[in-house]
Amino acid sequence: MVDPVRGTTQTGNVVVEGETIRSVGEESAGLRIECEGLVCTSGLVDLSSHLRQPGREDSEIIATGTAAAAAGGYTAVSAMPTTEPAMDHAGIVEQVLRLARETGRCDVFPVGAITKGRAGHELAEMGAMHEAGVRTFSDAHHAVVSSQVMRRALIYARTWDAIVANHPEDTSLTEGAQMHEGAMSSRLGLKGSPREAEEIIVARDLILAERAGARLHVPHLSTRRAVELVRDAKARGVRVTCDVTPHHLVLDDSNLVDYDTRFKVVPPLRTPDDIAALREGLQDGTIDAITSDHAPHPPDDKDHEWSYAPAGTVGLETTLSVVLAELVDPDACPDTRGNGTLSMAEALALLSSGPARARDIEGHGRPIAAGEPANLLLFDPGVIWQVVGDELRTRSRNTAFEGHEVRGRAVHTVLRGKFTLNDGKVV
Amino acid sequence: MDDLLSIEDLDAGMITRILDTAEELKDIAVRPIKKVPVLRGRTVCNLFYEDSTRTRISFEVAEKRLSADVINFSAKGSSVSKGESLKDTALTLQAMGVDAIVIRHSSSGAPRRLTEWVDAKVLNAGDGWHQHPTQALLDLFTIRERMGRLEGLNVAICGDVVHSRVARSLVQGLRIMGAEVTLVGPPTLMPSHVESWDVAVSHDLDGMLADLDVCYLLRVQNERMAEQFFPSVREYARIWGMDIDRLEVMPDHAIVMHPGPMNRGVEISADVADADQAVIVDQVTNGVAVRMACLYLMLGGEQTGAATEVTPA
Ligand SMILES: [Zn+2]
Repeated sequence: MVDPVRGTTQTGNVVVEGETIRSVGEESAGLRIECEGLVCTSGLVDLSSHLRQPGREDSEIIATGTAAAAAGGYTAVSAMPTTEPAMDHAGIVEQVLRLARETGRCDVFPVGAITKGRAGHELAEMGAMHEAGVRTFSDAHHAVVSSQVMRRALIYARTWDAIVANHPEDTSLTEGAQMHEGAMSSRLGLKGSPREAEEIIVARDLILAERAGARLHVPHLSTRRAVELVRDAKARGVRVTCDVTPHHLVLDDSNLVDYDTRFKVVPPLRTPDDIAALREGLQDGTIDAITSDHAPHPPDDKDHEWSYAPAGTVGLETTLSVVLAELVDPDACPDTRGNGTLSMAEALALLSSGPARARDIEGHGRPIAAGEPANLLLFDPGVIWQVVGDELRTRSRNTAFEGHEVRGRAVHTVLRGKFTLNDGKVV
Repeated sequence: MDDLLSIEDLDAGMITRILDTAEELKDIAVRPIKKVPVLRGRTVCNLFYEDSTRTRISFEVAEKRLSADVINFSAKGSSVSKGESLKDTALTLQAMGVDAIVIRHSSSGAPRRLTEWVDAKVLNAGDGWHQHPTQALLDLFTIRERMGRLEGLNVAICGDVVHSRVARSLVQGLRIMGAEVTLVGPPTLMPSHVESWDVAVSHDLDGMLADLDVCYLLRVQNERMAEQFFPSVREYARIWGMDIDRLEVMPDHAIVMHPGPMNRGVEISADVADADQAVIVDQVTNGVAVRMACLYLMLGGEQTGAATEVTPA
């Protein structure tokens, strides 16, 4: 057992009764599942999943997206407002929650849009959406560029102490941009997105949040300076949290050399130095969570010239395994780093309790203790496997990790005492 | 030779072979019957997603002089939203058994993507801001023809480098062949991380003229002014435009080049364009020979030294 909240590791039984954990360490009289060699931890929590329903059912639906989540070890995901129409009012929030109840294989926490139509101009009805269950507002990959609108959004969200997560991109610097601006973009002849486009908005949002006393979440950091900005703000006591994706922790812009659109993501893949800074940010606690940013696109959409292809990679089924393979030393004890970036316990915290805390996601990312909801993940930490897009359960197969050898795989996922993944099969 | 996507894929030996082959093929243009049968029975498709009459005609002439069957496919304005995708078009051409596709596309990397969908040889006729390899080769050919060599020459490439596939390809070609390159122009039009390019950078055209063998002027598009890369056309012409006064500072043997079409009065004055030192018309003429050489080496050139043996049809 690796408890992500307390960072403790032990061997023993977890006894589940109904929807909750009855005890830890005792013998159970009921059905017994052998977990020899598996790691038991809290179910994973994702802060950004594009489930696409309603509107883009060809890319993903809540049933397939949450099946992918269960297969990847998640018991909770945040549904981004990239629905069509945009999730910018209570009616669509309720629709998503209803679909999730009826077809979902994990808990779905809808993220409401900050502005109407995610257009960045007029505030969406946050109050009504909050009443429907929304705790975080975001325009997904549309940045709120207007300082005035962002300031109002932060101040207004304070009514419920809700969280505003703004995509950090000064779009006046990135119009037509296709990748990270650097030596590689110069070589490939693609218009670059400079780091400062991200850093300017991060800096501005931190200043606005600090003055407003509001809660800010900075999604998918990708540059060294952006990490530094958040680190300094946290030190000053600004109410900010942030996350990073596995692809930004592992892949750099050299992967783009053949214009393979699987590597087209937002923000763009940056450089080894940025990757090093992101990993430092994980180590010193600046970064609160690792997020899949699961962005499914059907093959017909991705199979185009680079500049016509949409940005995004799926991630719910690979995030745990990529993190274990790339950031965790397989020979180290679960609570030590060894030669890895993170200990296993730290990695699991960044995938469950960290994101749950950053976004007020209740009932998930909790300690493994009596009385807690039985939202659990059991995974085999040793198994090595190769990512093959066509074998994934998500409706779209655009994975930036196609062909990568990764380590560790979910075997059982338990949502409130019931299997959603049992022996590797989605239930 | 396999696909021709980028100058980066070539080495000095291969470039020399292409230029030598072009030199032999250039003679065909002065024969009474300007045609050889080396690509008879082969089908070449010119797949142009971006308007460029000059380049398309140059390729078409080259293909016909080699006796290839030519298909012209103009898919202007084509994109994901309207009409057939590049992949669908590629699969259609594949099904028709096309031997080579000459592709011009506004999206960088489109020719590279095309190679994943077809077995036909792919020749990049210009993609986005990325590469224009046959332009670079015809430029190298023209320089070699006039100067007798490429190694050790002092070449300035002046103007809008960042948006120029011509510059990107030519810089690589010149460096591979041992020429020294200086990029010159306003810093807003220099590529980011230009230090990775293995060239010198200057913003002072006047300061370098006296040492140049070649001054290569890039087209400055009007929209760059609208995008505020520089404040006005007049200011650009005054600081970085080639005029007669500047031409006179250059050594007598030096040449002026331009990939066309020219903005007379902006990057090049009308009198320079018509001066003896300007080899712009030679570039156009040599374009056909160089493109013939590329197609020949890609499609018909398995047998060594065959170019010298070709006889008029
Ligand atoms: Zn975003």
